[in-house]
Amino acid sequence: MKHVITVHDFSVAEILEVLDRAESMVEIARGRAVSDQLKGKILGCIFYEPSTRTRLSFETAMQRLGGSVIGFAGPEATSVVKGETLADTIRMVSGYADAIVLRHPREGAARLATQFSDKPVLNAGDGAGQHPTQTLLDLFTIRTETGSLQGLNISMVGDLRYGRTVHSLAIALAKLGNTINLVSPEGLEMPGEVVSYLEEAGKFGLACQSPEEIIGDTDILYVTRIQKERFPDQVEYEKVAGLYRVDADLVSRGREDMIIMHPLPRVNEIAPEVDDLPQARYFIQAFNGVPVRMALLSMLLGGS
Amino acid sequence: MSEKLMKVQRIEHGTVIDHILPGMAFDVLRVLGIPSDKTMSILLNSHSKKGGKKDILKIEDVELTAEEANRVALVSPHATINFIHGGEVVRKFNAEAPRVVRGILTCSNPNCISNQNEPVESEFTRGPDEGHRYVCTYCERDIVDLAKRIRW
Repeated sequence: MKHVITVHDFSVAEILEVLDRAESMVEIARGRAVSDQLKGKILGCIFYEPSTRTRLSFETAMQRLGGSVIGFAGPEATSVVKGETLADTIRMVSGYADAIVLRHPREGAARLATQFSDKPVLNAGDGAGQHPTQTLLDLFTIRTETGSLQGLNISMVGDLRYGRTVHSLAIALAKLGNTINLVSPEGLEMPGEVVSYLEEAGKFGLACQSPEEIIGDTDILYVTRIQKERFPDQVEYEKVAGLYRVDADLVSRGREDMIIMHPLPRVNEIAPEVDDLPQARYFIQAFNGVPVRMALLSMLLGGS
Repeated sequence: MSEKLMKVQRIEHGTVIDHILPGMAFDVLRVLGIPSDKTMSILLNSHSKKGGKKDILKIEDVELTAEEANRVALVSPHATINFIHGGEVVRKFNAEAPRVVRGILTCSNPNCISNQNEPVESEFTRGPDEGHRYVCTYCERDIVDLAKRIRW
C-alpha cells in the first residue's frame, strides 16, 4: 500500500489488515496508552473544503502516534487563491511533510496528487468521488459493534445517489459477504453501476422507498443525510425528509440487536431521542475514525 | 479512367482507412489529429460490398503508427487500416480499441480534476467487457459517446 485513494484498491485481506491494526490502536486513540511510533514525522493536511470529523481525526491520529501536523483547513489564506494549481501545491507540501491528507472539491484530485507527490497521499474526500477512510472506519465500526463483518443484512437509507460514502461502502460490504437493502426517495436512488455490482455479486436484498418496509429484517441501519440543495423546492424537501426521519418509534419496530450508523453530520434524519438508545452507534463510529486513521498512517509511514 | 477510379482515386503513399461507420469520417480525422494541410480524400456514405454504407478516408504521404491508427476504433470500431507504398497495400489490419487512451479525449464529468487547469493529460482505460466502455483514471466515471469527447 503506497497511497490510500479508493477502497476499491484494497483486497479483502488488506482491508482486514487495516482493521486489525486499528483494533490494536484503540487504547492509544483513547489516550489510555502512549505511542511515539511516528515521532519526528510530519503529516500535511490539505483541506480545500470544510471538514470536522475527517480533519480532526486525522490530526488526532497523527498526534496520538507522536507525529505532528501542518496544513490548512480552507484555501482562503493560501496561494490557491492566487491560482496555484493543485499539482504545484502537492509538489510543495510533499517536500515539507512525510504524508499528505487531501480533501478537494473535484473528483479525481487525490489520484492526480499521487502523480506529483513522492510521499503517500491519503484521500480525505474528492468531490462526489471517493472517501476511503470513511469506508474503512464504517467497516471497523460494523465489526467491533456486531462482532462480524459478513452475513449481515444492511439497509442503507436516505440519499444514496449523491452521498459519497455509500457507494464504496455498499461495494465493500458486498465483497465481504453482506446483503444490502436500498431505501431512498425517488430521484436519489443508488447509481445503476453500484446496483449492478450488488446484483452480480448476489448481494442485493431489496430496494424500497420507506425504512418501515425493511426495519424488521435489518442488522445495520446506515442512515445518510438528505441534502436540501438536491430538491427544487423546500416543500418537496420537507415532505421527503419527514419520511426518512429515524425516531424512537421506528427503532422500536426493529430488532433489539440492530445498530444505527450515520457518517455525520446529521441534520434532522435521526431524532435526538435516538441518541440515548442502545442501537445508536454513530458517535462511536465517529470516534473510530481515529484508530482507523492511526492504522493507515502507521502502515504508510512505517510505524510498528 | 473509369468512373470507379474517379470516385476513390488510389494513392501512391500514405494511409487508407476503410469501413468507417457512415458519417464518422470527420470524427476519425479528429481522433487522429491529422494536420489540415495534408492531402486527403474523404468518401462519405459509400456503398459497402458487405452491404450497407461506409466512409473511406485516404491520407496521402502520412504513415500512421499502429498505435495512432488504433485510435480510429474509438469512434469506428470495425474500420480497417491500410498502409500504402508505391501504390500497393503493404500492411492491412483491423483497428483495435486501445487499452489506455491519453490526451485525446476529455472526461464527460465537468467536475473531474482532469478538466481543470492542471498539468496532466486526460487518461482513460478500457473496461473489461466487450463494449467500448472507457473509465476515467481520475474520477473513475465511465465516458460514453466517445466521438463527442474528442479533444482536437
